[in-house]
Amino acid sequence: MDLTTPLGDEVLSLQAGDRVTLSGIVYTARDEAHLEMMRHGIPFDPIGAAVYHCGPVIAGDRVIAAGPTTSARMNRLSDFLLDAGVRALIGKGGMDATVTEQLRGRGVYLAFTGGCAALAAARMELEDVYFPELGMAEAVWAIRLDRLPLVVGIDSHGRNLFAEVQARAVTAAGRS
Amino acid sequence: MDPRLYDRIAAATARAYAEAVVQLPPDVLGALERARANEIDPVARAELENILANVDLARSTGLPLCQDTGVPVVYVTLPPTVPFEQALFDAIADGVRQATIAVPLRPNVVDPCTRKNSGDNTGAGMPVVHVSPGDTFTVTVLPKGAGAENMSRIEMLLPSEVERIPEVVVRCVLEAGARPCPPVVLGVGIGGTFDQAAALAKEALLDPIDAMDAYETVLCDAVNRLGIGPMGLGGRTTALAVKVKRAACHTASLPVAINVQCWANRRATSVVEVD
Repeated sequence: MDLTTPLGDEVLSLQAGDRVTLSGIVYTARDEAHLEMMRHGIPFDPIGAAVYHCGPVIAGDRVIAAGPTTSARMNRLSDFLLDAGVRALIGKGGMDATVTEQLRGRGVYLAFTGGCAALAAARMELEDVYFPELGMAEAVWAIRLDRLPLVVGIDSHGRNLFAEVQARAVTAAGRS
Repeated sequence: MDPRLYDRIAAATARAYAEAVVQLPPDVLGALERARANEIDPVARAELENILANVDLARSTGLPLCQDTGVPVVYVTLPPTVPFEQALFDAIADGVRQATIAVPLRPNVVDPCTRKNSGDNTGAGMPVVHVSPGDTFTVTVLPKGAGAENMSRIEMLLPSEVERIPEVVVRCVLEAGARPCPPVVLGVGIGGTFDQAAALAKEALLDPIDAMDAYETVLCDAVNRLGIGPMGLGGRTTALAVKVKRAACHTASLPVAINVQCWANRRATSVVEVD
């Protein structure tokens, strides 16, 4: 499925393991940006928004490298975004059972391939920046995407592909 | 040291660093291509297709493969005609500073406790430099990203536990899960002392991954039975390769170190011309 922001109820039909593309605006946010948004409010319209766990390399008005960072660091920092209407969290490595519950009936977690900074940058145009005082890696960058290829890692029905794969791996390790 | 030689060492270091972060070695590219051909799961295939597309784009644009351009781990072979002196280390650090500006690299190096960033990817003990004797003067840069490095482990096994080594390797990868950006390459150091095992494990990542011996194949197959797959989304390829290095050890010891490397098993070598 080809998704475009702002996202709506179409995300509720997605299943863990579905391959999608995403176009439109995403907002980058790492640990510091989440804390700043909790203190001072979300600087963009959160309704139907997509938040990308990413600390990009920006040069002038160009995105040079923008692969995903480890989403699990934001496990305890994401509820206020989903409460405000954010529909998709994007990153690598998946998120925990608490976030899986918070996504239920509301939104999805989309996985982007770790390390693919050049591929991401080739599909991106820089639009705006919030909290620039946090520095390049931690600021919130508004970036326009052109069909970024993603996988639904956690759907809105409680299925978490990462957790399923990990549970099977634990079983396989027990057998060997 | 002759200032011209100093400059050539710095330039060779900068060149190797730049090449390493932009272009994957052919053996690693080959392993990724074979992994894609071997995956039947559409999600696993798509992850590997993204990785291969990313590798192509980085090479064609000359930009880094990954925004984590790592910390510099440098291996030098020094011919007998070149003196082993402090200037060698200074020149290599200068090369790292040059690459940080020229590529550009992300400044990743901080003080371990204050967390203050030096801004130029150097600091106390950084770059890490290993020197060994050789016929030609070469500088090899292995940029090490944190996601995979943080999943590395060392265990001091009992001498009676040689048979447990595969289990220790598998458990390391299981506990890492999706975090080190699989498919991983594992460098395994067996024996030596506590520190030597870790150094061997990292050095093993320099070995070409297009061939594995019987023991390495056993370890790699055991890891791949976990099914963690590319990016932890499931699949046949959890590890592209396992490379093992051994050293003699104390009769009462069995150190085993596992250095985890993400799919971007980056390394490049430059030759330094000697008059």
